[in-house]
Amino acid sequence: MNAMPGIFAAATGADSLLERWPILFRDTVAGFFPAPLQWLVGSLISILAIVAIFGGVFAALTLLERKMLGRVQNRPGPNRTGPFGLLQPIADGIKMLTKEDIVPRSADHLLHFLAPVALLAFSILTFAVIPFGRNLVPLELDAAVLYFFAAGAATELAIFMAGWASRNKFSLLAAMRALAQLISYELPLLLSFVPIIMLAGTLSMTGIIDQQAGWNFGFIPKWYIFTPWGFAAFAIFLVAALAESNRSPFDLPEAESELIAGHLTEYSGFKYALFFMAEYFGMIALSGMAITLFLGGWRAPLPFLEFIPSYLWFGAKLLGLLLLFIWIRGTFPRLRMDQLTRLAWKFLVPLALFNLGTAAFWSLTSGWSGPLQLARWGVAIALVVVPFVLLGRGLSRGVAPRTYRFA
Amino acid sequence: MLGSGLLQGLKVTAKNIAGSFHDPERLVTVEYPEQKTKLPENYRNFPFLVSENATDPMGTLRCVACQICEKECPPQCIYIEKSKDKKPDAAGKMQVYPAVFDIDTSVCMSCQICVEVCPFEAIKMDQVFEIATTDRFNALLLDRNQLAKPNSYYHQIHPTEAAEVDGRLLAERKAAEEKAKAAAAAAAAKAAAAAAAPKPVATPTATAGAPGAVAATVSVAKPATPPAAAPVSATPPAAAPAASPAQNAPASDGKAAP
Amino acid sequence: MSNSGLEFPAPVGGSHVAAVHDPFHGDLLEVSMGPHHPSTHGVFRMMVTLDGETIVKLKPVFGYLHRNHEKLGENTSYLASMPYTDRLDYLNSMTNNWAYALAVEKLAGQPVPERAEYLRVILAELTRLLNHVCLAGFLLQDTGASGTPLMYAFREREKILDLFESLSGSRMMCNYQRFGGCRVDASPEWLAGAKHITDNFGRFLDEYEELITGNEILMARTQGVGALSPELAISAGITGPMLRATGVDYDLRKVDAYGVYSRFNFRVPLGDHGDTYDRYMIRVLEMRESITILQQALRDLPAGPIMDPKAKIRGFRPKAGEAYGRIEGPKGEIGFYLISDGSPNPYRYRVRPPSFVNLTVLEDMCLGQTIADAVIILGSVDIVLGEVDR
Repeated sequence: MNAMPGIFAAATGADSLLERWPILFRDTVAGFFPAPLQWLVGSLISILAIVAIFGGVFAALTLLERKMLGRVQNRPGPNRTGPFGLLQPIADGIKMLTKEDIVPRSADHLLHFLAPVALLAFSILTFAVIPFGRNLVPLELDAAVLYFFAAGAATELAIFMAGWASRNKFSLLAAMRALAQLISYELPLLLSFVPIIMLAGTLSMTGIIDQQAGWNFGFIPKWYIFTPWGFAAFAIFLVAALAESNRSPFDLPEAESELIAGHLTEYSGFKYALFFMAEYFGMIALSGMAITLFLGGWRAPLPFLEFIPSYLWFGAKLLGLLLLFIWIRGTFPRLRMDQLTRLAWKFLVPLALFNLGTAAFWSLTSGWSGPLQLARWGVAIALVVVPFVLLGRGLSRGVAPRTYRFA
Repeated sequence: MLGSGLLQGLKVTAKNIAGSFHDPERLVTVEYPEQKTKLPENYRNFPFLVSENATDPMGTLRCVACQICEKECPPQCIYIEKSKDKKPDAAGKMQVYPAVFDIDTSVCMSCQICVEVCPFEAIKMDQVFEIATTDRFNALLLDRNQLAKPNSYYHQIHPTEAAEVDGRLLAERKAAEEKAKAAAAAAAAKAAAAAAAPKPVATPTATAGAPGAVAATVSVAKPATPPAAAPVSATPPAAAPAASPAQNAPASDGKAAP
Repeated sequence: MSNSGLEFPAPVGGSHVAAVHDPFHGDLLEVSMGPHHPSTHGVFRMMVTLDGETIVKLKPVFGYLHRNHEKLGENTSYLASMPYTDRLDYLNSMTNNWAYALAVEKLAGQPVPERAEYLRVILAELTRLLNHVCLAGFLLQDTGASGTPLMYAFREREKILDLFESLSGSRMMCNYQRFGGCRVDASPEWLAGAKHITDNFGRFLDEYEELITGNEILMARTQGVGALSPELAISAGITGPMLRATGVDYDLRKVDAYGVYSRFNFRVPLGDHGDTYDRYMIRVLEMRESITILQQALRDLPAGPIMDPKAKIRGFRPKAGEAYGRIEGPKGEIGFYLISDGSPNPYRYRVRPPSFVNLTVLEDMCLGQTIADAVIILGSVDIVLGEVDR
């Protein structure tokens, strides 16, 4: 909400109309209302924009995912509805809306109904603090990072609700898995970005993005991912984000080969669609978070590309991450529950803690220059790689490719 | 190192994503109603009854209602009733014909056993597969009018096999004719010269197949009798396969070894 | 549920479940997986008793696809049973046909021409490729790989099915072997097609292995899971890749050397652990051996008839006696036992289905493992319900 005029003075394209029109539009519309109501109208416009845009992104994403999975699997994907299957999301939506909503007789009706609603609500809440572009933050909080993860963690509760309320054994198992997964992966997820808060010195999203402004050697952006500890933290964050958003290879709560559809077994029709929507929203929100924390937010990757509006850069980065998620889904088999938790506790958490040390070292040696700069990089990379290799060896003990004999 | 196998996997899938845009080997979908693959010649689906003539299918059915296929059919989907009267077959011989010949295609499993056991080359495998109907019972029970298809159709769907079958039939008929002629003449000097052709040309009779065509070829009888033709009795049903000059097994169809 | 008097066998691997019902563990969860479960490979059903996610009891329930196969065989002629054997293990109709033809040929003392024997070897090895590649795909599907390996596997399988279709007329229900030979001869074009597929299959396997064999997730999921000891495997009558994965060197192609297998040079891969990963890898290695057999067979294929001239199609009545014909099918020893009383129908017709026998040790392999493991253990047993239930 705050204008924060100091931020966008530096960059070149910051003042262009293309860059500022969403804010101008909001302020102009809000200006028609009396002053006491302006904040409300402004918020409502932001909320509407988010729901509309990300609703559309969700629809496009379902199609994109199916298309890309199809391409991974040597088939064209949906291509019957409209040109190139572009109307497929609409057809899916109509199908979902018109399907009968079945609630098991012995289910807890209230919870069964509340679960998808709560899930979707929590997912949308996480969008509130993500900077989608320069000044395009719906809600400027000082502790935005904490808010984001608090809202994000609540989604798992909704999944547990769904599993519990369905009164189905498969759903119950899925609910238990979801809880275990939540507890295991919340920790590496949080630990992975502690170094960033440490170095940025702020919990505010815009503050973190500001810290990533500028260029090394004039063309390498000063994003956190381009530091050894930042890269390690990004990798940990990505793995944990996959697990948090129940994406393959961590989609254990709805492991279709084991638990039929897990917590979704007893859901049909539009409630089922809501679950899907929430899952994709979660994925988008976590990608947005990753972009903010590690990929310089809405900043352009090269100095001469700064004329392109910031929200488009955000969109491009988001698309890239989502494609990565889909690509991963198309490639990997699923982990087992105990392996999933072991990966979190015995690998990701220690690695994230080590990374904290690496970041501390990086922060303490910020004054090193010349040949010392090289030493700084060397030590930091070693601090990342050595624990990774050692912990990885411990994690994959007893698991190795085998040789076979022939009779 | 942990993760190397995962990265390798990602590499393979990336190769496939990229390949699906330019390499037909990596985008193998045939979009069925618009595109169709060519059916192989040997493709089989549901039997049909061969009739010699397209204009009079019921009159020129090769089937003589011997009921061997009915007996051998594994799922018992064939139902035959013999006719009370007799009609002349393609060779002009009086034969029983099927008054009722039903195949329940909802039961039929297209196994081709009926084709193999038929001594008269009267039932063959079709190549239809777009046969979905909205009627579950009557539309799937085919009677002899629906089952009868002309020999020309058979040539169209299984050219190699049909040519071979026609050749075999021609040879059999010739052998039978010669035998009858020899018996009637009862003269040793005359019988020595007469013989049936072992390798008759099949295609001329392919579409005609009318009784007249056979009579015409008989008068042009030529080369040496194959040894197998000697024990042919006057009743074709039982012994005809044994007389088959084809190197292949009696009732096996398809491409015979040359 | 009450557990009085219930005795659970000691788990084979994984965590040890000491007590079945105690105040600490509380009640057990009984889950019915199947018959309409996404990964029970048809209509198989597992009554699984779970402690948390650990299996303490597993009761296989089958028969949902029972079609009276053996009784049908006794009430139809010898020939008419041939298409029914296609439907036993509907992935491998060619090998089923061969096993049945072999049994009848033994019964009737029917010789088979050389070319037919070679064709049978070619088709059986193509079937082995087809079956193993399907298994690899389905196993990965069971581990949750979003269908990608399965689709690659099916892409290759389609090519082999096209070959079968152009030879026998049907993709899966081939009904190709006959007593005393084969039904249709392979044309030079067909043999060229088979050679092309054989030569390219190795490349596909390389890519497939690159995709998945080195994958740490797959290794973690399958290594040490569902281990089967060689002793149990032998005493339970396990055959095929599942037995060889435990390290027992038993391959009917070597032991019986039926057909013309003695003329080919190939190796039998053996595993050391008997776990799911071994079962998967043994199949991959067997595919590579199959490729070498195919190359040799296609090279040496002699000319000549494909059907014994004395073989009878109609009125086939073997003299009274009994015979057991068995071959090394892709899933294990597939055998047909026939008693003839001189009539056109067999007096007794019995199938030894490898899937069914291999399935009998499912509980021993699953105890102590988690429910997610049960799915891939079942996948690695490689069952086809058509054969299990008959």
